[in-house]
Amino acid sequence: MTDPEQLDVAGSVRAAGDHALLVIPPLPAMIEAVMSALQPRPRGVVDLLPAAETVLVTLDSPQSRDPVRKRLLALLARLEAGVSAGDLRLPDRSPVGIGVAVSGSGGERSEREPVVIPVRYGGEDLPEVARLLDVSEAEVVGRHTGIVWRCAFVGFAPGFGYLESPDARLTVPRRTQARTAIPAGAVALAGGYSAVYPRRSPGGWQVIGTTDASMWDVDRDPPALVRAGTPVRFVDAGRQS
Amino acid sequence: MSALRVDRVGPLATIQDLGRPGWFDSGVGAAGAADRASLRLANRLVGNAEGAAGIEVLLGGLELLAQRHVTVAVTGASAPVTVDDRPMGTASVLEIEEGQRLRLGFAASGLRSYVAVRGGIEVSPVLGSRSRDTLSGIGPEPLRAGDVLPVGPPPRALPIVDVAPVPALGNDLLTVRAVPGPRADWFTDAEALFAGEWTVSPDTDRVGARLDRRRGPALQRCVASELPTEGMALGSVQVPPSGQPVVFLADHPITGGYPVIAVVVDADVDTVAQARPGQALRFRRIE
Repeated sequence: MTDPEQLDVAGSVRAAGDHALLVIPPLPAMIEAVMSALQPRPRGVVDLLPAAETVLVTLDSPQSRDPVRKRLLALLARLEAGVSAGDLRLPDRSPVGIGVAVSGSGGERSEREPVVIPVRYGGEDLPEVARLLDVSEAEVVGRHTGIVWRCAFVGFAPGFGYLESPDARLTVPRRTQARTAIPAGAVALAGGYSAVYPRRSPGGWQVIGTTDASMWDVDRDPPALVRAGTPVRFVDAGRQS
Repeated sequence: MSALRVDRVGPLATIQDLGRPGWFDSGVGAAGAADRASLRLANRLVGNAEGAAGIEVLLGGLELLAQRHVTVAVTGASAPVTVDDRPMGTASVLEIEEGQRLRLGFAASGLRSYVAVRGGIEVSPVLGSRSRDTLSGIGPEPLRAGDVLPVGPPPRALPIVDVAPVPALGNDLLTVRAVPGPRADWFTDAEALFAGEWTVSPDTDRVGARLDRRRGPALQRCVASELPTEGMALGSVQVPPSGQPVVFLADHPITGGYPVIAVVVDADVDTVAQARPGQALRFRRIE
């Protein structure tokens, strides 16, 4: 998809106030490498929030900003050196997504068994999704169940994971009008991501099915079924006998 | 040990401590007291650890009946405090005997008062915190009349002062310090935020404070494309297409899709959390 050689690979570390830094790595595919290089969390770092193209780093005090920024800049320099030296392997976007292995970083790849989520397909927007993609509804289900998704990041609500597809063949826009209430367990698509709504909430994603899987349970450890980096496989519950 | 019965609540009263940092990977934000400095002060006054759970009271209207002797302090918004109808000072140590009634009237300035009880409110923590996160619906339910609140054992430390000198929150123009944001370069002139004055809109809650232009230039974007979802820090000044900025407070969503033009410095987030609808506010730029 992207050729690292042809990109402006300059990443940056930007202030997000006096208690946080926003890390923009040279390539979005390096988010995972940034995350694993920050495990365990460096001194002064409270939490890390990976998203589509950035990692937000929250700090315990303004005094931590400079030392942590220096460390992040050194990390970005290492990643950039990897890109120009050509030893940055951007693996095939399969089987579990867009992990980046950088030599020497010990990058943690998701070799884990996928979390399996049984889905009853036939959501309200399934016909519209099929129309947008110009395929049959069965093909939409086939594509949704035929790959291992990977949680790129979480947000919106506790337990709401943005699942990324290795082949991007289910990329549809959000609905033109958001629904005021989407039930818990709704399985939906938007902007190249799939997600399961952990609880009833408003939302603009295209609903293609429902699941009984409990995405969020505060009494469970960890409470979220899907977290950043978790591989996920959907199965067609209607096909199970 | 139950010690306080809730007899009335005003618009909203929640239990808050200093929040639950460390749960971003589950999609959970920090929450905690909207004005942390006021909660800390109230706790210090009664000899608690600063992070003990207290009650955050929006605008006032709270009435508590002591079921045994308790030591409390009220800080934050200037809600008149009475014990059995006798006026009491705010930011002072109050000894309330069994059967006495603590009342908070409606605040004339500021939005949120904090009631700390020696020993702390000991409801069950959720993910390590007793904060109510109003966005996620995590943590103890908002208070309702009839609730009985457990209070923990008194800490070893004793109150060391009777009253803290705290300037009253006024209704005048507020100045808050902010650092240019990670997406300041998405605006034709990010300095426009710091020019002129803003008005706090009625659309303000624990999630964020929306601002309207009082006087000064509009915020105009030079990058029209959509921002891929990214993490949002506490105090972020996010600018949706309307150009009306929102300052993210305690229960803000952890990710967002609109560019952040500036971020209010941590210490001044407490000030924004106390700004009343209609109050004027200006941003002072610092690096």
